[in-house]
Amino acid sequence: MRVNFTVNGRPQEADDVWEGESLLYVLRERLGLPGSKNACEQGECGSCTVRLDGVPVCSCLVAAGQVEGRDVVTVEGLADFAKQRSEGGCATGACGTTLQDAQQWQAKGTDSQTGEGTELSPVQQAFIDAGAVQCGFCTPGLLVASDELLERNPNPSDADIREALSGNLCRCTGYEKIMDAVRLAAARQSEGV
Amino acid sequence: MDFLRPASWEEALAAKAEHPTAVPIAGGTDVMVEINFDHRRPEYLLDLNRIGDLTEWEIGEESVRLGASVPYTKIMENLRAELPGLALASHTVASPQIRNRGGVGGNLGTASPAGDAHPALLAAGGEVEVESAARGTRLIPIDEFYKGVKRNALEPDELIRAVHVKKADGPQQYSKVGTRNAMVIAVCAFGLALHPESRTVRTGIGSAAPTPVRAKAAEEFLNAALEEGGFWDNGKIITPSVAKQFADLCSASCNPIDDVRGTASYRRHAVGVMARRTLTWTWESYRGTRRTTEGAA
Repeated sequence: MRVNFTVNGRPQEADDVWEGESLLYVLRERLGLPGSKNACEQGECGSCTVRLDGVPVCSCLVAAGQVEGRDVVTVEGLADFAKQRSEGGCATGACGTTLQDAQQWQAKGTDSQTGEGTELSPVQQAFIDAGAVQCGFCTPGLLVASDELLERNPNPSDADIREALSGNLCRCTGYEKIMDAVRLAAARQSEGV
Repeated sequence: MDFLRPASWEEALAAKAEHPTAVPIAGGTDVMVEINFDHRRPEYLLDLNRIGDLTEWEIGEESVRLGASVPYTKIMENLRAELPGLALASHTVASPQIRNRGGVGGNLGTASPAGDAHPALLAAGGEVEVESAARGTRLIPIDEFYKGVKRNALEPDELIRAVHVKKADGPQQYSKVGTRNAMVIAVCAFGLALHPESRTVRTGIGSAAPTPVRAKAAEEFLNAALEEGGFWDNGKIITPSVAKQFADLCSASCNPIDDVRGTASYRRHAVGVMARRTLTWTWESYRGTRRTTEGAA
C-alpha cells in the first residue's frame, strides 16, 4: 500500500509498504532515514522514539497505515523543529527538513568534536557539550524525548527528567551524563542562551 | 494482510462483522510487538485511530465513560480525581512513549492477567461497552469480562467502544510489584477502593491467577469487620488483626503459577503485603477526610 504523511515538515510518500510494517521500518528502509534506531522492536528501549502529531511514541509500535495524513518528526528534523518552535512558527514559509537533507544529516559541521558549524537543536548541543554520547545508539531516541520534555516542562526536576526518559535505555549506562545534558539544556533555555 | 481503515465507528463495526478475524489495532503497543516478532500474522488489521470519539471521555453522575483508546497519559492528566485508582495504575504502565499510545480498550481486548488497568477497574467497579453491527450495544459487568488467560467475553464480531468506570466515592490505591519502576510487566498487582457510600471495599488482583480477579472472600470479611466495629462511623484505625486476616484472605484468593517473573508462593506473599498496605493507605486517607469534614462542620 501507499502511505502519505508529513515527515519533518515536508510531505512524503512511501510506496510498496507492507500492511504489517511499522512506522520505524518505513522511516528507515523506505525513506532512508536511519536516525531512528531499530533495537528491541517491542517498545522497551525507546531508541526509535519520534513525535507523532507532537506526541513522543515508539515508531516500532505504530503501524505504517496508521500514520496516513499525520505528522512525524524524527531526530533528523529535530534542529529545524526546535528552531521553528523558538521562532514561534515558520516565518519564511520554507521550513522543514527535506528528505535529502535529512538523509545526509550529521551532527558534524566544521568541527566534528564540538559540532560547531552545524545547526543543532539546543538539546543536541547540550548532549555534545555534556559528553552524553557514548556509542550513540540510544542518543536519537533520548534527544527526541528530552526535547519534548523541555518543551512541556522548561524547568524539570531530576525526578521529572528520570520519568520522561524512563522509556529510553542506554546500554553504555551513561545515564548520569545524559541527566547532565538535559539539566544543561534546561538551564540554557531558561537563560535564553 | 489487509489494512482496514474505517473512518467512523459504524464502518468499523461493519468491517468487523464482515471480517470477524480482523485484529483491531489502536495504540498498537501489544499488536505491533506480535507482528514485529512474527508471532501473529492476522489476515486483516483494523485500524481504530481515525475514530475520534474513542479517544474522548465523559464524566457523568455516577461513572466516567472512558473511550477505549483514551491514552493512559490522558487518564493520568485528566481523571485523577474521578478515577484515582485507574490513574495510579496508568502511571505504572511501561513508559511515557507507551502511555501516549496505549489505552484501557487494548488492555481489555488483550485480557492478559498482567494488564495494569484490570485491578483498578475491578476495584472501582464498572462495565465494558461493546458493540456489534448485528446486535447493537451491550454492557458487560467488569466482573464477568475476563474469561481465561487472554480470553474475554467479546464475540468475534464485537468491538470495545468504551468502559464505564464508577466514579470514586472514597480513597483508592494501586500497587504493583516489578523489578524497576518503568517498563515492567507486573509480577503481581493489587488495586483497592473504599466505597464509603455503600460501606464496602472492593479489590482487584493482577498477575496472580489465570485472569484478573477480585478477592471476594477478603472483601466480605472486611466489610463485615468494618461494619461490626463501627469503623466507617468512628474512623478508628483498623485493628492489625483485621488487616492481617484481610491480607491472608487476599493471598488465598490468588491462584498463581511459577514463571520467569516470580514463583507462585512469592506472588501469594506479595499480594498479601500489597493488600495490607493499600488498605492502610486508603483507610488513613479516609480517616483524614473524615477529620477535615468534621472540622469544617
